[in-house]
Amino acid sequence: MADQKELRQRAEAARSKVAAIGDDLDMSQYEHQAETHQAMAEDELCTLPAQEQQNLLLSGVDVSGKDRGGTFIMKDASPLHCSSKQDGVEVLPLKQALEVHPWLWDYYWKLVDVDADKYTAAAELDLHDGYMIRALPGAKAIHPIQACLYMDQDNIQQNVHNIIIAEEGSELHIISGCATGPHLNKGLHVGVSEFFVKKNAKLSFTMIHNWSEGVAVRPRSVATVDEGGLYLSNYVCMRPVNNLQMYPTCHLNGPNAVGRFYSILVGSPTSDIDAGGRVILNHPGCRAEVVSRAITNGGKIMARGHLVGKAPGIKAHLECRGLILGGGAMLAAPFLDGFVDGVEMSHEAAVGKIAQEEINYLMARGLTEDEATATIVRGFLSVDIPGLPPQLQAEIDKAINATDEHAM
Amino acid sequence: MLLIEDLQVELAGKLLLRHVDLEIKPGETHVLFGPNGSGKTSLLMTILGMPGYVVKHGRIVFKGEDITHMPIHERATLGIGMAFQRPPTIHGLKTRQMVGICAHGREVDVQGMAEEVNFSHFLDREVNAGLSGGEIKRSELLQLMAQNPDLMLFDEPESGVDMENMHLVGETIAHLLQKDKAVYHANGETIADSRRKRSKMGLIITHTGYILDYLEADSGHVLYNGILSCPSNPREILRCVAQNGYQECVNCMVPLSAHLLEELPTANAD
Repeated sequence: MADQKELRQRAEAARSKVAAIGDDLDMSQYEHQAETHQAMAEDELCTLPAQEQQNLLLSGVDVSGKDRGGTFIMKDASPLHCSSKQDGVEVLPLKQALEVHPWLWDYYWKLVDVDADKYTAAAELDLHDGYMIRALPGAKAIHPIQACLYMDQDNIQQNVHNIIIAEEGSELHIISGCATGPHLNKGLHVGVSEFFVKKNAKLSFTMIHNWSEGVAVRPRSVATVDEGGLYLSNYVCMRPVNNLQMYPTCHLNGPNAVGRFYSILVGSPTSDIDAGGRVILNHPGCRAEVVSRAITNGGKIMARGHLVGKAPGIKAHLECRGLILGGGAMLAAPFLDGFVDGVEMSHEAAVGKIAQEEINYLMARGLTEDEATATIVRGFLSVDIPGLPPQLQAEIDKAINATDEHAM
Repeated sequence: MLLIEDLQVELAGKLLLRHVDLEIKPGETHVLFGPNGSGKTSLLMTILGMPGYVVKHGRIVFKGEDITHMPIHERATLGIGMAFQRPPTIHGLKTRQMVGICAHGREVDVQGMAEEVNFSHFLDREVNAGLSGGEIKRSELLQLMAQNPDLMLFDEPESGVDMENMHLVGETIAHLLQKDKAVYHANGETIADSRRKRSKMGLIITHTGYILDYLEADSGHVLYNGILSCPSNPREILRCVAQNGYQECVNCMVPLSAHLLEELPTANAD
């Protein structure tokens, strides 16, 4: 069990610790106190302002709860709603979960170092809340659970900590939407997430994030996958954001475990995005894939990927593809580290432009030049993600189709 | 009707088409012969409106409208379509979606059409990704079926097609151009009736002439050194070329070329 006193001490010591990667943000500029929002029942959620509901829907979060197995919504610093409709799946605000389940302390800060940097430290010293989502052993969730972290109060720093557990043999799909309110000009989202995928469990985590031009984002995520388990993480960020840096890591800690990261990014002129995925393959038969598709139309995007092969018979592939459309910068940094005989790892990275030949071909079929360009861009961003339920693939496709104008 | 008058076309500063006159009436299919590099594909690209092919002289009229400088997609909307020889791969776009794009908002039975050209198991693949030569031909035909243009341009539809698929490709082109045998007996019409109803126009580049086994072309032409000439029976041209090669065209056209080159002092002689 985590020693709470020790955690606090370590966090205190890291209060000003500059992160290894990314611009160093001045956290004193943000408001740490937030107005408390009243919790709402499911039917009350439908009374949220239409604009707010629309923003949530863009992130794949449907307040009606339709086709969702459960819902967690946090607005600023307050959990607004939390429910589960599926047997075997538990959804609780994290603070409450830590009270109800003392064993959960064994998971708290187990994967992410509390003193990794000043953002992790802030999530310990000044935690607002977050969620615990857990699939019990053997439970197969039919519908995805939706989790939403919504920032509404201007200039707020939202500190979140989530713990997700897929117990042995379970199957869990989560769609996590982050969005901001119409009155928010500026803000910082700090999100610590720890994922535990037990033996032969399957967990998919799909993030569709709609930040806004003044928002800085610092997710800190680590996953561990046991024998035969699958962890699938999808990150879609196509709306403007101010400054986003994340480098989620996945440890494959049992034979035949699988970890896969997919990122779909659009860099608008105000955006500075540094995003990637790292997988450490520790056992024979482990598989990993890190795929990113990025477009910049004036923003700066750094796509990172890192595969670490520590056991024979592992197989992993890394793929970063970027398009520069009308200005901006696209950087790709793929890393492969092999430490034993018998690893198979590869990477491909490409930064380019749209081929005129493809535009002409589509125009010969009747599309205007703009339509042809949009079609090619959509195609470029469409990635088939094996193992993702069709419903969630549809949410990703919807996000891609809805954000044409942001991509060009 | 397609009407081309005294067309001269440059690509990257090089004169590719020196003198082209061509008229294709509704219901007619013409066949284009010529050695490699003679400008056949350039002529199709120019009719289609591909950027880079600069018309220096002459004009192209389609359905009474001067399309000489019209953008590609407007020509497509007006009813010009092409089966490309080497189309690009479009990543992330499925053939199924592409067929929908070709249909331009019309309801089409994508699955049914794909089955006709034995392509249904490729519908969910990316457009042209990893396709063999013959598969590309079938993909292009499927797109043309959905687009249903009035003027269809085929750039070497036989190349890279195996014997088994040649039959399928040939029959499909004949059907698209309303030249298939089935039409002759449809709805109890007389052959003359169904002929009169033909409206589709076709221009087919061929080296081998295999396509002539599947449809009767109304006329053949030889494009040699950028000059279109010799409008006559396509089978006769084919036999002549098979016996004598295109050398006969050189012999035949020397006086004509010299005459044209005199008129075009800027023309590149090769």
